[in-house]
Amino acid sequence: MLELKNISFNVDVEGSGTEIIRSVDLTIPDKQFVVITGPNGGGKSTLARLIAGIEKPTSGRIFMNGEDITEKSITERARMGIAFAFQQPVKFKGIRVTDLLRLASGKKLSVADICEYLSAVGLCAKDYIDREVNASLSGGELKRIEIATVLARKAALSVFDEPEAGIDLWSFQNLIEVFRRMRAEIKDSSILIISHQERILEIADEIVVIKDGSVDRAGKREDILPGLIGTQSAVAACRAAQKGGNA
Amino acid sequence: MGVLQMDEIQKRLLREIADLHSVPEGAYNIRSNSEAAGRRSTANIDIVSKTDVSGIDIHIKPGTKKESVHIPVVLTKTGLKETVYNDFYIGENADVVIVAGCGIDNCGNQDSEHDGIHRFYVGKNAWVKYVEKHYGSGSGTGKRILNPGTEVHMEENSFMEMEMVQIKGVDDTERTTTAALKSGAKLIVRERLMTHAEQRAISTYVVTLDGENASADVVSRSVARDDSFQKFDAKIVGNAPCSGHTECDSIIMDNGKILAVPGLEANCVDAALVHEAAIGKIAGEQIVKLMTFGLTEQEAEEQIINGFLK
Repeated sequence: MLELKNISFNVDVEGSGTEIIRSVDLTIPDKQFVVITGPNGGGKSTLARLIAGIEKPTSGRIFMNGEDITEKSITERARMGIAFAFQQPVKFKGIRVTDLLRLASGKKLSVADICEYLSAVGLCAKDYIDREVNASLSGGELKRIEIATVLARKAALSVFDEPEAGIDLWSFQNLIEVFRRMRAEIKDSSILIISHQERILEIADEIVVIKDGSVDRAGKREDILPGLIGTQSAVAACRAAQKGGNA
Repeated sequence: MGVLQMDEIQKRLLREIADLHSVPEGAYNIRSNSEAAGRRSTANIDIVSKTDVSGIDIHIKPGTKKESVHIPVVLTKTGLKETVYNDFYIGENADVVIVAGCGIDNCGNQDSEHDGIHRFYVGKNAWVKYVEKHYGSGSGTGKRILNPGTEVHMEENSFMEMEMVQIKGVDDTERTTTAALKSGAKLIVRERLMTHAEQRAISTYVVTLDGENASADVVSRSVARDDSFQKFDAKIVGNAPCSGHTECDSIIMDNGKILAVPGLEANCVDAALVHEAAIGKIAGEQIVKLMTFGLTEQEAEEQIINGFLK
């Protein structure tokens, strides 16, 4: 279980402090699929980065299974079971897809394991296993590999920052299938997704709406989603992407 | 005399530079502390000592297929300075792998230096892969110095790929490589370099594309750490309809300094020449990404550099 208690985050803009996150209280229970949505610029990604430890809060505390992790580094939080998929995947010269997945899993994965992770995100393993994670890959390919690295982590809490962004040729159905399988395969794990895609909101257990740096609404999907349909917080996927099937 | 008569340090150097654990397959010449430690010629590859200067001539018969030559050099005596001339005559249509390299272990207080001058005469349609690794070790105050000079002459439609690696322990290097290519010849150079401490490495290339459809691709990837200095000076001259590309891609860390001097000279309107150079520190987001896998910052850096220099 992850708890954020009274978290605020300020940045210094031209000498004056600007509040990006203000006094957020949030609990991600075990075995839950939580989607954070809200208008652009509302602080959603910042919240995800605060959880992963990439940013440190200006005030407030973060607890994981009751332990205060506010001062813990990115590395320590990763070892405690937090995985993070970047909105903009990072590129590496010379590091192959295989190397990245092995680093993510922390063990010597077999080729069969690697193939499984790649297949799960809709990539034909033999075409990618030896490719470098560099600019020769398209944005969509990098994004799928990013998701595969989080699968390989098998973490207690997996955080995805807008996983659907850039996956233009891959159906949402497959992405959603990835999340379903993660829930089934990683015991007691929780998934936290930053997204305003309606299709992803539809499979959430809980929805949190972040607006102007604060929790605007939070609760069970069936209570929150109806009020979001048709707003910026629940954008319908384009029709082509909704058709499904492998691109 | 065989390789197995060498001491442990010599054997370790040999493993570092040539991946050799025992006597290699094929032709070889092993030079240890300025003396011949082993040699074998084969039916197609003849190795003979020079009579005027220190060094060997390697004659590879035309049409030799899938054979290899190993010519490693190891130095373990402090204060030893040598200049060695090795000439390779690669016959037409041959297809060979040549593995050179030099390892210096200097535990003393005097400088040890090996200057290897290699000349390649690559015959028509021949295919050569050349691997050269440099390695230094030892805790002495004496410097480990390597100044390789390489001269490549490529006949029509020949191909040569040169892999030059210097990852650890060499204090001072001045590498000079020149190549002249006739029509249809193709040269690929892949240099990988890492310098530490106060090390200094200078690498200069002049590749001249003299024949129609000659092409060259010279790429250096390097990492300069601590207070080290590197200079990469690569020039491609196009004298005919040809294509050339040179690239320097470098990571600087600590107080490392790198000077990249890409040079292109087109003397023919159909010469297509390109250069690229990029120097910078490791991107912070790369480190952060690997830290989210549970690696420490230092482990993340190591992985990034290992990949970059692979």
